[in-house]
Amino acid sequence: MKREPGNKIEHALHELTAMDELAAGSSFVHSLNPGAKLAAAVLYILAVLSFHKYDLSGIIPMVIWPVLLFTLAGIPVRTCFYKLRIVLPLVMAVGLFNPFFDHTPMFRLGGFIVTGGVISMITLMLKGVFCLMSSFLLAATTPIDSICAALRKIHVPEMLVTLLLLTYRYVGVLTSELAVMTDAYHLRAPGQKGIHISAWGSFLGQLLLRSMDRAQSLYESMLLRGYDGRFHYAIRTKFAERDAVYLAVSAAFFLLVRYGNAAELVGRLFVR
Amino acid sequence: MIEFKNVSFEYENGKPVVQELSFQIEKGESVGLIGANGAGKSTVMKLLLGLVSGDGEILIDGMPMSRNNLADIRKKLGFVLQDSDDQMFMPTVYEDLIFGPVNYGMSREEADRKADEVLTKLNLTDLKHRHNHKLSGGEKKMAAIAVILAMEPETVLMDEPTASLDPYNRRIVINTIKDLKQTKIITSHDLDMIMDTCSRVILLSNGRIAADGPAEEILRDKALLEANHLELPLGIAKR
Repeated sequence: MKREPGNKIEHALHELTAMDELAAGSSFVHSLNPGAKLAAAVLYILAVLSFHKYDLSGIIPMVIWPVLLFTLAGIPVRTCFYKLRIVLPLVMAVGLFNPFFDHTPMFRLGGFIVTGGVISMITLMLKGVFCLMSSFLLAATTPIDSICAALRKIHVPEMLVTLLLLTYRYVGVLTSELAVMTDAYHLRAPGQKGIHISAWGSFLGQLLLRSMDRAQSLYESMLLRGYDGRFHYAIRTKFAERDAVYLAVSAAFFLLVRYGNAAELVGRLFVR
Repeated sequence: MIEFKNVSFEYENGKPVVQELSFQIEKGESVGLIGANGAGKSTVMKLLLGLVSGDGEILIDGMPMSRNNLADIRKKLGFVLQDSDDQMFMPTVYEDLIFGPVNYGMSREEADRKADEVLTKLNLTDLKHRHNHKLSGGEKKMAAIAVILAMEPETVLMDEPTASLDPYNRRIVINTIKDLKQTKIITSHDLDMIMDTCSRVILLSNGRIAADGPAEEILRDKALLEANHLELPLGIAKR
């Protein structure tokens, strides 16, 4: 049966809320201290971003870290790609024009000369994908409130952290309002694909107003139950020895891959 | 005790929503706040919760409401919102249950115990680890009531607690409200429910009190109700 647009939005909403279910798991990765996970994710992103634009062989082994942790967390890697399918093309489009500007010949592959533009495009794409994977890993193994609590602990300003929390909560509110509105629209515009351009202005305006009302109500509900910008209720796990080990091993791995040419080391195992 | 002394409120457009409202609600009372749309019911609730502030004085247990004691006052008041989706913002029922108590200084162990106690009392233990977005409307409403009771409020405020519920779930919610020992203030258009749960009714009209007295008396006064764009509760009209 063909899906109606409204249902698609509800489906997206369901996927969003399913992140909370993933984060509520009980694997080794889930049980790590949120601060340690946050620090490791930040270090990973910094390490990934620090690779030179032509260092394609160097960056590839960086994929091991998220894939290994996804496996340990019991979350299939394909779940990550499936959930990020809308964002991934945008991230991958970042280096799309590099081949047109950078014609530096790098090496010959069969009859083709591979240019620096192609290499840097692939490297940039991988950087984007890896960063998304590590962010998704953090979000899928740590409840949002614990991430916010960890951010506060490292003195990220309260305003920014509250903004992150409320954005996360309001995305659901916005999406559910959008689902109701698109359903109402399509019931009065049968057979029409999408929202007609003439209705975009009022549709978006209404969506904004309705979302603001809902958001206000939700925020008031939080205030009435004692929310004061702090995260007393976030699950706190003490920074234990294993968190230190996790962080140290992760950092060592990033350093090894970044400065030790892991691809060459692995290659030497097989070719003398 | 809750006391309103000449409380008035108007939004920015200058149109008064609540005008010189004065009433007292004693500890343990069950009060139904009724009135047509736009009569000022929701604004009275917002004033009481300190979400908006107007002229006049609002006293909660003798404490005049001000910015400084808002947290203390809100701790005493539990508000069940009309739309449970706005109230249940955490991923699971359990997390929502402990949100308020922990924010108000209860230890996690104590909050856990309180959550279990409330769920058992309301016969909702199977909801504890359920995800909020997977609850039915009736389950969500009951969970929203449980979330408020876990905060141990002295007064429970409810905005249209039976709205959008089927008859079966409506009855469950009504029975739950009747069993609550706290002071209750309920706004609703469901006058049968008000009749079932409240001993006193305050009828609002254009931001003023049109009547204040025993529920039995006001809810049987056809002329008064109709003059204020309401109707006799079905349970009475049928007799």
